[in-house]
Amino acid sequence: MTDTTVHVPVAEAVHGHRSATGLSNTKLAMWVYLGSDCLLFGSLISTYLLLRHRAVQGPGPKDVFDIPFTSVSSFVLLMSSLTMALAVASIARGDVQRNRAWLATTAMLGGVFIGGQVYEFTTFYREGLGYTTNIFGSAFYTLTGFHGIHVSVGIVMLMSLLVMSIRGNLGPERAEAVEVVGLYWHFVDIVWIVIFTVVYLIP
Amino acid sequence: MAIVERPTDLLALPSGGVVTQSPLGVFARPRAKTGWRAWVSTVDHKKIGIMYGASSLVFLVIGGLEALVIRSQLAAPGQKLLSADLYNQVFTMHGITMIFLAVMPMGAAFMNYLIPLQIGARDVAFPRLNALSFWTFLAGGIFLNSSWLLGGGADGGWFAYAPNTGVIFSPSHGMDFYAIGLQITGIASLLGAVNLVVTVLNMRAPGMTLMRMPVFTWMSFVTQMLLVFAIPVISVALFLLTFDRLFDANFFNVSQGADPLLWEHLFWIFGHPEVYILILPAFGIVSEIIPVFARKPIFGYPFMVFSGIAIGFMGWGVWAHHMFASGLGPISVAAFSVSTMFIAVPTGVKILNWMATLWGGKISFTTPMLFSIGLIAMFTIGGLSGVTHAVAPADTQQTDTYYIVAHFHYVIFGGALFGFLGGFYFWWPKVFGYALNEAWGKVHFWLTLIGLNLTFGPMHILGLQGMSRRIHTYRDGYGFNFWNAVATVGAFVIAVSFIVFFINIVRSKRAAGSLPAPGPDPWDGRSLEWSIPSPTPEHNFDDDPIITQLDDFWHRKYAEDELGRMVPVATAAEVAMPGDGSRSHLPAPSYWPLVLSLAFPLVGYGVIFNMAIAGVGVAVLLAGMVGWALEPPDDEDLPPHGHDGHDGGGAATEPDVAAAVLEGVSVGD
Repeated sequence: MTDTTVHVPVAEAVHGHRSATGLSNTKLAMWVYLGSDCLLFGSLISTYLLLRHRAVQGPGPKDVFDIPFTSVSSFVLLMSSLTMALAVASIARGDVQRNRAWLATTAMLGGVFIGGQVYEFTTFYREGLGYTTNIFGSAFYTLTGFHGIHVSVGIVMLMSLLVMSIRGNLGPERAEAVEVVGLYWHFVDIVWIVIFTVVYLIP
Repeated sequence: MAIVERPTDLLALPSGGVVTQSPLGVFARPRAKTGWRAWVSTVDHKKIGIMYGASSLVFLVIGGLEALVIRSQLAAPGQKLLSADLYNQVFTMHGITMIFLAVMPMGAAFMNYLIPLQIGARDVAFPRLNALSFWTFLAGGIFLNSSWLLGGGADGGWFAYAPNTGVIFSPSHGMDFYAIGLQITGIASLLGAVNLVVTVLNMRAPGMTLMRMPVFTWMSFVTQMLLVFAIPVISVALFLLTFDRLFDANFFNVSQGADPLLWEHLFWIFGHPEVYILILPAFGIVSEIIPVFARKPIFGYPFMVFSGIAIGFMGWGVWAHHMFASGLGPISVAAFSVSTMFIAVPTGVKILNWMATLWGGKISFTTPMLFSIGLIAMFTIGGLSGVTHAVAPADTQQTDTYYIVAHFHYVIFGGALFGFLGGFYFWWPKVFGYALNEAWGKVHFWLTLIGLNLTFGPMHILGLQGMSRRIHTYRDGYGFNFWNAVATVGAFVIAVSFIVFFINIVRSKRAAGSLPAPGPDPWDGRSLEWSIPSPTPEHNFDDDPIITQLDDFWHRKYAEDELGRMVPVATAAEVAMPGDGSRSHLPAPSYWPLVLSLAFPLVGYGVIFNMAIAGVGVAVLLAGMVGWALEPPDDEDLPPHGHDGHDGGGAATEPDVAAAVLEGVSVGD
């Protein structure tokens, strides 16, 4: 027999937890999902890096990018991470009013970023870079489009939290719901830092 | 199904707070315990596991019929049963069906059914999400196969190399169905993977530490982690292909500067972990079966666990061995050649540990045991031919020949499927409350073994003689005739073996009434699922089991005497739970997972044929998400039960409204 006969004291074993890791199921699921999403953006960013200078016709990155404009919208998105953190902190201390304000601010900053992206896309399109124009266009719009969809989904989640809060369903006992949305939001922001760096800043 | 208007609903929150909501009109809360309504609305991991198993067998039959058509076409030179074009579709659909719709969900069937039982949990972490995974998989499978009726199946091979899959070379809608269909089954796999990873990490019974988990649960956990990280890569590849084909993007358009190797890299970064996703659950199953029928604990349990983890990690570093013939350059080829040889080491550890478990054991050759030993032998043959692929110069001779076909059928059929067939015989009494007939089972095993070797053994020779894969016919006079005829005979032997299997199921069910019930523990098992009645009661465990060691259930039946020998101290009936379920707490069934899953194929048909259908699909998706979010996870109209489902061992933590919104949203993106 290779089994040892060492027994864990039953009292220790009985001391059951809701979760074996100490994290709730929902939060752990969000972490696992974000791990998966890393590979999604990793694949998209690799694709973009491979293809960005291979266009045989039409405008390339240098012809369309407006780095000062995108820097401002990136700054807006990064500030939304700050307001998100403030939303998580306020609900943790039970300040429902502030929580609502910060949730709304975060959603609004996210909306400003998406508005900037829509403006950027239309400008590029007018300058001659359509989705099918060349391989750079396909790769650029796909990568940033996937990120934009992620931000939009985050805004929907924030608005759902806001509606719950206004209906009185989002007290400090459910602070974790805000925290889990916050995890997603910060992840999307971090991905943008990578995209902004490798797509816009590195020539 | 009735739709009732409820102007106000009381939503009970886990916090104890009560909220008024006004749903748009929800389905009547499903309460049926039997009949089709109980199945379509179930969130029970056991029913979902059974549905996964049944669907995978249906798709296995479809894929098998496609294989028979292929072998009939190749039985003799110059046959005209299939045109070249139709042959492309049949072999492509055979591969997709077998890999994504038969073997993967068969693994999911075992994992869904067994993981909660083996870790002592009441259900998976997110029961409704589990139902959504199943229905989404089924929707994707039906969507893929519906291509036969809508202009022809996919025709680019299961690996779908660019630019062969572009609209120019593949003008039918087949590859669109491939790209979107696999995207849908990928969503199902990803949701299932997140769910089962959380289940294994969080839902273990008191005392069930990671290193006390049965090897099957461990291998399933590694499989699910591989899925978490592999699925997004194939998702991206499939998105790029879809955008190229349907929206005129340029990702694989060589005249626009594209590099076709991009597809190969993305596909195989997914594709190589995928082969471990197929095989590791089967490795787990035989690691459960062999100790029971050799009457010895698994040899080197930590080595079994860590070799599985090692395979999981190293599986990410070998993908380019699929691409040795694509001109990667000598450094890449050398590096991937070495890493591929290396991954044979942890696999060899498993093979040797199984044999060491058998060594000196009191072996009883039951049908599950025969399939397990069959797996060891057949997988070793497939593994050895795999090592020959790792030798790059040899591989450039083997690439695209029948030698490759022989290799992957030995590992997927002789490996994964043998494990699953053994698992069917092993756990059938636990799942259905009656055992499959052993005599028929042995006939099934020997026919399968003979058929497998007759079909795929000769392909080694054909491949080394230079016969190409994916060619719809061959000419007389190349020396291919004899072994092709043998392989075709073998394919029909395999078909007969599966007919024997299905007859066995029907006959065993008919005979079940006149035979004694198998009881909770028919095989003198070692893991927790044998400590509860057969078939498993709806609530699994009456009380949270408390685990003190590896193979805890077995050690409740056997203890050492004064000489250190293991002697029986209790019968299974004495230590098994009665199954009265006094403290059980069950999540309520729901129709919403089924509704939500319907959205995916609708969107798929829409982007292929008509955007209006996609609009309907998006509407169904949104309605499903809202309905899901507003439906309380527990049935508020049933009387409360005096239980503790919210504390012990991580029981019912079905997501509340906010979490449901999150889930729904994650599904949508």
